[in-house]
Amino acid sequence: MPGIGVVESQRIHFSEPLHLRSGGILPAYDLAVETYGTLNAARSNAILVCHALSGHHHLAGHYADAPDNVGWWDNIIGPGRPLDTDKFFIVGLNNPGGCHGSTGPSSINPATGKPWGADFPIIAVSDWVTAQARLADSFGIDSWAAVMGGSLGGMQALRWTISYPERVRNALIIASAPKLTAQNIAFNDVARQAILTDPDFHGGHYYEHGTRPVRGLRLARMLGHITYLSDDQMGEKFGRELRNGSFAFDYDVEFEVESYLRYQGDKFAGYFDANTYLLMTKALDYFDPARLDDGDLVKTMGRTHPNTNFFVASFTTDWRFSPARSREIVAALLANGRKVSYAEIDLNFGHDSFLMEDPHYHGLVAAFLGNIAL
Amino acid sequence: MTHTLGRPDFDLIAGWVEPGHRVLDLGCGDGALLKLLITTRNVQGWGVDIEDANVLAAIRNGINVIQSNLEKGLADFADDAFDHVVLSRTLQTVRHTEHILREMLRVGREAVVSFPNFAYWQNLRSVLDGRMPVSEDLPYQWYDSPNVRFFTLLDFEALCGQMGLTIVERRVLDEAGEIVLADSPRDLNFLGSLAVYRLTRPR
Repeated sequence: MPGIGVVESQRIHFSEPLHLRSGGILPAYDLAVETYGTLNAARSNAILVCHALSGHHHLAGHYADAPDNVGWWDNIIGPGRPLDTDKFFIVGLNNPGGCHGSTGPSSINPATGKPWGADFPIIAVSDWVTAQARLADSFGIDSWAAVMGGSLGGMQALRWTISYPERVRNALIIASAPKLTAQNIAFNDVARQAILTDPDFHGGHYYEHGTRPVRGLRLARMLGHITYLSDDQMGEKFGRELRNGSFAFDYDVEFEVESYLRYQGDKFAGYFDANTYLLMTKALDYFDPARLDDGDLVKTMGRTHPNTNFFVASFTTDWRFSPARSREIVAALLANGRKVSYAEIDLNFGHDSFLMEDPHYHGLVAAFLGNIAL
Repeated sequence: MTHTLGRPDFDLIAGWVEPGHRVLDLGCGDGALLKLLITTRNVQGWGVDIEDANVLAAIRNGINVIQSNLEKGLADFADDAFDHVVLSRTLQTVRHTEHILREMLRVGREAVVSFPNFAYWQNLRSVLDGRMPVSEDLPYQWYDSPNVRFFTLLDFEALCGQMGLTIVERRVLDEAGEIVLADSPRDLNFLGSLAVYRLTRPR
């Protein structure tokens, strides 16, 4: 099936200050946004897709002047695809703090006239949800037909059902968790240390020095990438294959897996902003909505709306956000008698499975969304 | 008499639930029983199934379904979360028989269990003739059967006694799905192809 084709992005300005969980304030901000499909007259067919660590508003399709720049979740969005643009109005945004067109650390701080850099306030998942709610208001959308996301995006979908229970009719929480484990926070901290200790970081004000902490960001991405794949998949894809067939006995690239990781690291470090990476990992670490109720997740999930339908999914080979973490969400919803379905999908791509095109996985999403009455 | 969806045990179960009840169906398949109970009895329903195809079919049917392995128990479910926990034609496929029965009555006030009765006279005759039974309620060959436990109505009642479970109601059906009317458990054991029980445990 052909995809959505040529798309355009827009920037929407919000002049009302965003008061953040960290105590910081974003005085005014822009959001980079893309939409696909048509908002119906009742404004009842809108689906919000929340992005994960490195994502943005460009979910699907491509730009007229950049046919190779295909959206990061194009395989699930389009006419006849699970997020069917013939039926739904799909909304994607770059969250505040991002580096793809929304106000973030590389934007100009109006107070100083210089880039925010390290002065950009720490931003939490709940703050993103507040910004997304204002975005919904700007479209005149009272309630989303669905809010959906994978990984950190799934955390936003979960937070929506807690912060604005009456504004989410369906929630799809994929490869996510109710909070990070110590191991997960540890990975994030190693990634942050790689950036923070890069001599080119300059305390986060590297823009003024005309440089970027490319080495640190590259290392952070390489580490992250390992945790997004499964051991089996890496074994199948690279094994112990050597680029030149025999050992060179030096520290250059020898194994194919090294080559792959370095390529991924370089590519990422070439376009992503290090301060945004720091912010995103902190948002992940801080996410723990059960803190609203002294750590009682069952009580917190009781804040969700009894009529909201939940679809929770995990992947068998995902060790960064394991099935057990999704089941915690499911158990807490069930303990409140909430309408929830849970699928444990057998895919071999580790955490990255949520981005893969798989008939069973996509069939489940299509079936769940197919039940939505507009 | 015709039976809903060709499943006479479904009609019995539908008669035992009340509007508003919370029902958990273990081994729910495509969610047909829950769909029936939701549309005709206005219950709240959840299913559990391990098969990908069944999870997909249940979601397509608009049924809440949790993909899970019954052999591992019902850890995702809280104590006393349901009014009825149904295990329809599935007990004979579960290895940990006592564990699942205990789990059902931990998460539910009442358990509804249906299973094929191996002592049904046609089954006995088949064995006497030298072949394992194949019937409406035992539709598999011995080599492709998902069944791992082979037991009779009397065996089941003995286990319930051992476990201290209370049998609230027993319905026994023949191969045509008609209720078998007999007074003694021995006769029911001989005449019934499918047994359906309502169980509780002392609290």
